[in-house]
Amino acid sequence: MDMAINFKPLGRDGMSARVADDIPEGWCVNLGVGIPTAIANYVPLDREVIIHSENGLVGMGPAPAPDKANPWLVNAGKQQVTMRQGGAYVHHADSFALIRGGHLDLCVLGAFEVAENGDIANWATSFSANAAAPAVGGAMDLCVGAKRLWVVMPHTSKKGESKLVRKCSLPLTALGCVTRIYTDLAVIDVTDKGFEVIEMIPGMTFEALQEKTAAMLHKVE
Amino acid sequence: MINKIVQTMADAMAGIEDGSTVLVGGFGDVGQPLHLIDGLIEQGAKDLVVVSNNSGVGRVGLARLFSVGRVRKVICSFPRSSDPVVFEELYRAGKLELEIVPQGTMAERMRAAGAGIPAFFTPTGVGTKLAEGKESREFNGRTCILENALRGDLALVEAWQADRWGNLIYKDSGRNFNPVMAMAADLTIVQSQHMADLGELNPEHIVTPGVYVDRVIHVPYDKA
Repeated sequence: MDMAINFKPLGRDGMSARVADDIPEGWCVNLGVGIPTAIANYVPLDREVIIHSENGLVGMGPAPAPDKANPWLVNAGKQQVTMRQGGAYVHHADSFALIRGGHLDLCVLGAFEVAENGDIANWATSFSANAAAPAVGGAMDLCVGAKRLWVVMPHTSKKGESKLVRKCSLPLTALGCVTRIYTDLAVIDVTDKGFEVIEMIPGMTFEALQEKTAAMLHKVE
Repeated sequence: MINKIVQTMADAMAGIEDGSTVLVGGFGDVGQPLHLIDGLIEQGAKDLVVVSNNSGVGRVGLARLFSVGRVRKVICSFPRSSDPVVFEELYRAGKLELEIVPQGTMAERMRAAGAGIPAFFTPTGVGTKLAEGKESREFNGRTCILENALRGDLALVEAWQADRWGNLIYKDSGRNFNPVMAMAADLTIVQSQHMADLGELNPEHIVTPGVYVDRVIHVPYDKA
């Protein structure tokens, strides 16, 4: 009989907060839509992180107070935001020059799958005529352009399938780009050896984590 | 005297031909020139190819242009933006051709067109479905794919302030694709919230110099 394992996976906010802890002052960071967007809420304003939004914001601030809403100022997810002191606007070609040109210290994206070689799939689930249209947005540019690419996502899909895989089965967004993964169960670096577990939530064991992961996990040496 | 200001929407839209490639500014509906799109619908050009980041919100603007059957093909990065009801209906019915382009590649293809660069190599998209059929080459050990410039017959642009030379200033994130599209089309038409006298706009603040602009119409409105 196995010992009962007692752990509580992080929620979406917990994952966002955990990523925010690792972003140091001075970095220029792009946060993708979904869970990554909420990371901004956990970076205190007195830690000066320059948040970039693909639609031309360099130095984005938090959501506005209800009486200060500005319909002309939105983030990549089209939610209303603010600019912080020191922020600047650029047009779209310049915004992606900043991305592709290696000026982002970090990009954090969500994903459907990440492979042990750093491949990422996060833009399309199907190209069949009956499916929803595929939509890539800025993901392919962000993956190849940022100095570091972190992924934040639940460890398994809603069906319980591992989102960390040996090889992606869904259409790829970019090759070999992901450097670290934050899940609701662990923090995992993508290294030359593959997935290397650097942190687990309280109560989680390496063996239990391996059972939930469709690729070999390695312990940090 | 240079005067690019037109008084009526009919004058703004004069001469637009069927089959035109139309660059439409905006990110979602922010910076999307809604009134010019309505003017284009009124003008009647059909069989259009629309280049825009998204594919319409609700049933107004771009979505309305799609719903009245004037668009053959849309080139965009993210067709599934907030509330793309009209696009989804037409796409599922096979009535609208879709070309997906990574957002940065789309912006750069138009910038290149405006800058006289016929094509460029980029690492974006390498190894993905969007690289299929494209020429690739290695630079400093990194594989890149060749992307062609993307020019419009027409660009529809929204500005915040304009003068009679066509100099433009944008508002907040309403800037987005507008300056890039303004330089990438044979005919650039602008709707502007505010009009300024020549000399009133600070040269340090002008984002789009008037040389890229052909026609300006004053369209003040409240944005909800």
